[in-house]
Amino acid sequence: MSTATDEKLLDERILQTSPLRKLLTRPELGSVVGALAVFVFFAVAADGFLRASSLSTVLYASSTIGIMAVPVALLMIGGEFDLSVGVLVTSSALVSSMFSYQMTANTWVGVGVSLLVTLAVGAFNGFMLTRTKLPSFIITLGTFLMLTGMNLGFTKLIDGTVSTKTIADMEGFPSAHAVFASTLTLGGVDVKVTILWWLGLVALASWILLRTRTGNWIFAVGGNEDAARAVGVPVARTKIGLYMGVAFGAWISGQHLLFSFDAVQSGEGVGNELIYIIAAVIGGCLITGGYGSAVGSAVGALLFGMTSKGIVFAEWNPDWFKFFLGAMLLLATLLNAWVRKRAEATK
Amino acid sequence: MARFRTWVGIALAGALSVSLAACSSTGGKRAEDARKAAAAQGRAAVNTPRWTFAMITHSGDGDTFWDIVQSGAKQAAVKDNINFLYSHDDEAQQQAQLVDAAVDKKVDGIIVTLAKPDALKAAVARAEKAGIPVITVNSGSGESKAFGALTHIGQDETVAGEAVGDELNKRGRKKALCVLHEQGNVGHEQRCDGVAKTFRGTLRKLYVNGTNMPDVQSAVEAKLQADRSIDSVVTLGAPYADTAVKARTDAGSKAEIDTFDLNAKVAASLEDGTLGFAVDQQPYLQGYQAVDLLWLYKYNGDVLGGGRPVLTGPQIVTKDQASALAEYTDRGTR
Repeated sequence: MSTATDEKLLDERILQTSPLRKLLTRPELGSVVGALAVFVFFAVAADGFLRASSLSTVLYASSTIGIMAVPVALLMIGGEFDLSVGVLVTSSALVSSMFSYQMTANTWVGVGVSLLVTLAVGAFNGFMLTRTKLPSFIITLGTFLMLTGMNLGFTKLIDGTVSTKTIADMEGFPSAHAVFASTLTLGGVDVKVTILWWLGLVALASWILLRTRTGNWIFAVGGNEDAARAVGVPVARTKIGLYMGVAFGAWISGQHLLFSFDAVQSGEGVGNELIYIIAAVIGGCLITGGYGSAVGSAVGALLFGMTSKGIVFAEWNPDWFKFFLGAMLLLATLLNAWVRKRAEATK
Repeated sequence: MARFRTWVGIALAGALSVSLAACSSTGGKRAEDARKAAAAQGRAAVNTPRWTFAMITHSGDGDTFWDIVQSGAKQAAVKDNINFLYSHDDEAQQQAQLVDAAVDKKVDGIIVTLAKPDALKAAVARAEKAGIPVITVNSGSGESKAFGALTHIGQDETVAGEAVGDELNKRGRKKALCVLHEQGNVGHEQRCDGVAKTFRGTLRKLYVNGTNMPDVQSAVEAKLQADRSIDSVVTLGAPYADTAVKARTDAGSKAEIDTFDLNAKVAASLEDGTLGFAVDQQPYLQGYQAVDLLWLYKYNGDVLGGGRPVLTGPQIVTKDQASALAEYTDRGTR
């Protein structure tokens, strides 16, 4: 794993690598090549794909996946897995909506309570994992099922129906809507605020990974947990932190869901966790941990967004929608793996 | 960890006190309570024995439509002094096992949906053999009689689609988009095919991922951007209509949004002209009638429909009727 350092160290023990070779060993390189290929493909095949408004739609679709793919990628670099994120997004939106509604409180209060509850779920995942030493697959599968049941059960119990009541007429809604779900006009193009959240998260995660001690810890616990512990890395704290990071992403996504659609259906979100994981994997994260990047997850999300919407722009027969989606994803991932293998061979 | 717990405690206490102070003077539960103040609660209107009826549907978890069906069935059960049991599973095999379980429990009547008829044939036959009357609801109008059910209550999906096609013609639409939120759902295909049958313009289909609202929005948006000549969008479920409206706004399209099924939001949007029309199959009626008819059969030997399906829809709801329905959609019975 090469961490980009700008200082020139003139020491014969340190191998000098050319900038090109350094670029070739970046984890996200394969996905960038794949994304460019998909972009060129749809630019040619799909009429109107290159229009600014169309690209903004593609970016919006990518950002809603990307916001979650960033913390999921970090978690995967840390060597763990989270199946509960898809429904946690829905839980987060439900808590926010129902707390505000039932208490007849300013919607910002609900947003705050939701942040606490969501982070608590993340902490629970991390705490259970580090305490029980069970695989994260089992722990988060349990959380996934419990959250799915609680989403339905509590919503029905509290609201009487399976979707929440509208909170659009409540105080604080306009400002919360502006923060989580507004549309900005930049240079004549409508840009969803989620895209800014996404870019912000990518920047923050990249900074943490590459420039801070916490970043080193994340790579260390994902690479070899025991070795990391031996050199004094706080393994449990790092993992709990990573799960809470995922929960934070779920909170942002959940608030976006709530404030753009103002009523939430409690059965939503199941299956989305796989999409986030796919985006992180396409972006170069290894399922075994210790390798990957935040930028890569963003490119993975972009690839997903381009493919799913490009098919619509290309107006292909919808019966084959899922097939095309799968084939494109497989191709991109294969290309990604091939480029990475070539790059590593030249190291 | 102890410090962490203290922090959580402080945060929760803080949130609670803030929430009490930072109340919203608009909307919320208080507004709803005020509306509800005069609503009456139902109680048994008959003194027949307390029979037990089981309803087993093919609903997935957290489906708004089936919630309304259930609420209709429950209210009829209260009125008819019925002990009402509800269960559901979207896997046909599991649904069949739930029917078997109801037969084993020796309930006095079974209400079942036949979304995947073949899988349920044996289970329904077992109920008949055990002398338990069966009523089919919602889907399975074609198979109901052959399987030996008393009657079928529901909407014919193709007929409902045809009604939408007619309404689109009436509104002079040329190119419509049918948004399917569940790929592989037979009823959804029948609805869109029904629209295509009577609609004189062109109909395109768009499959979206129904459990992911942002995906639904961006897919509809992309479609409207790709094809500017689309002048109407038909969604197959009420929650998706509102999402389609947002997609239309973002895409800068002028297409009219129409939908199958009702909810509070759809009723409000119909009233203010955001939506063109909704076609309602009256899910409340499907639940209510099924329980009531079973009761009538047990009490009086009555059967409705004479072996033909009793249709609960399609009813086209437009701006004119919407205001009258808002009250009912709010309480979740329309």
